[in-house]
Amino acid sequence: MLAKRIIPCLDIKNGMTVKGIKFVGIKEVGDPVELGALYAQQGADELVFLDITATHEGRKTFVDLVKRIAQHINIPFTVGGGISEIKDAEALLNAGADKISINSSAVKNPQLINDMARNFGSQFVVVAIDAKHFEGDEWIVTVNGGRIPTEKRLFPWAKEAEERGAGEILFTSMDHDGVKQGFANQALAKMSTDLSIPIIASGGAGSMEHFKDVFTVGKADAGLAASIFHYKEIAIPDLKRYLQAEGINVRL
Amino acid sequence: MKIAIIKYNAGNIRSVSFALDRLGVEHSITADPEEIKSADKVIFPGVGEASSTMKYLKENKLDQLIVNLKQPVLGICLGMQLMCSHSEEGDVPCLGIFDEQVKKFELPKPNPGFIKVPHMGWNTITQLHSKLFDETLEGEYVYFVHSYYVARGEHTAATTPYILPFSAALHKNNFYATQFHPEKSGDVGSRILENFIKL
Repeated sequence: MLAKRIIPCLDIKNGMTVKGIKFVGIKEVGDPVELGALYAQQGADELVFLDITATHEGRKTFVDLVKRIAQHINIPFTVGGGISEIKDAEALLNAGADKISINSSAVKNPQLINDMARNFGSQFVVVAIDAKHFEGDEWIVTVNGGRIPTEKRLFPWAKEAEERGAGEILFTSMDHDGVKQGFANQALAKMSTDLSIPIIASGGAGSMEHFKDVFTVGKADAGLAASIFHYKEIAIPDLKRYLQAEGINVRL
Repeated sequence: MKIAIIKYNAGNIRSVSFALDRLGVEHSITADPEEIKSADKVIFPGVGEASSTMKYLKENKLDQLIVNLKQPVLGICLGMQLMCSHSEEGDVPCLGIFDEQVKKFELPKPNPGFIKVPHMGWNTITQLHSKLFDETLEGEYVYFVHSYYVARGEHTAATTPYILPFSAALHKNNFYATQFHPEKSGDVGSRILENFIKL
């Protein structure tokens, strides 16, 4: 039976992991390969590395980093952040990335999804959507890390992304992100009903129960989180054993 | 021991190379017919679209080369599908090493289990019978990402349930193939690659 996936997300700046990381032996600003390998060993099903570097130099460092990740880590990983052209994606593919995630650049130029899918296959293209709840079923798609609202609405945009060739949707609720009160399960369940491609839920994980809910109520295919793993609030082996005991199929 | 990874227009061939690096096995990524023919073992990896890839293989005369290889050959993902007789993806005749057909997954209607296509993520392999697998691997999880599948048939060497039970691996004579990605399947995948190397 297909397992529900647990995906830790690492923010990368100038080739290093940022945000506080409370792992023994790994410094607060640490080596992403070391942390990624630790998560893989603990049973993470995939990894996401988001480049938040703004400079050209930092960008080159990121491509080098992707190659080191591919060399050392034997589970699939997605890379994202600042990918706006085919050649960006190609450099990352050649470095060994399994998937790329595109966000603001796809909102600005939706044709990019078609181009990426045609060039590299749908399995390579994750469309990330950051959205804020407006009212009822309406969620406003935002760009630039949730700071800028757009004309697009979550559900039509997710459907359009699927039709243009996205292989997966990574949906982050800006209302739930960082609050640690659980994922946006209603919106996730609606998206999972509307779309036939896998949905990765992001934003709101604060407890093991939240992961149970995102898979049962939210119908998500994968749950992504950052700080709860980095701060060791939840250990991946404990989380997976809990989910299994709750009747959710996970890889142990 | 020298392994040749067949180089063609497919995505992420490097990850197979990195996996062999981790196992400390000498290998090359090559499209050179002599180098492929003289290798101890050959890996035919693959991510991409079937009909355009078949066209590329034919144009570069890799199709006949692969069919006539005598040493152990491992096809991975699209590589496995291309070793079958026909693919619905682009409605294209393939290499015909296995006489199986490649079909597209159809979503159940209604879909109460929220089944998705592509089949993406970790799923179990069971009913193993091929030297790629030892008995400790029965029921283990491996990583899949595909929208097309091969039904169970006489060459099925591993079975995975998704919408229907399908061939997670095939084996016939010197030809082995996996629908999943051993190079991305953690320690379980490494063991399967090691079993192939030991053949």
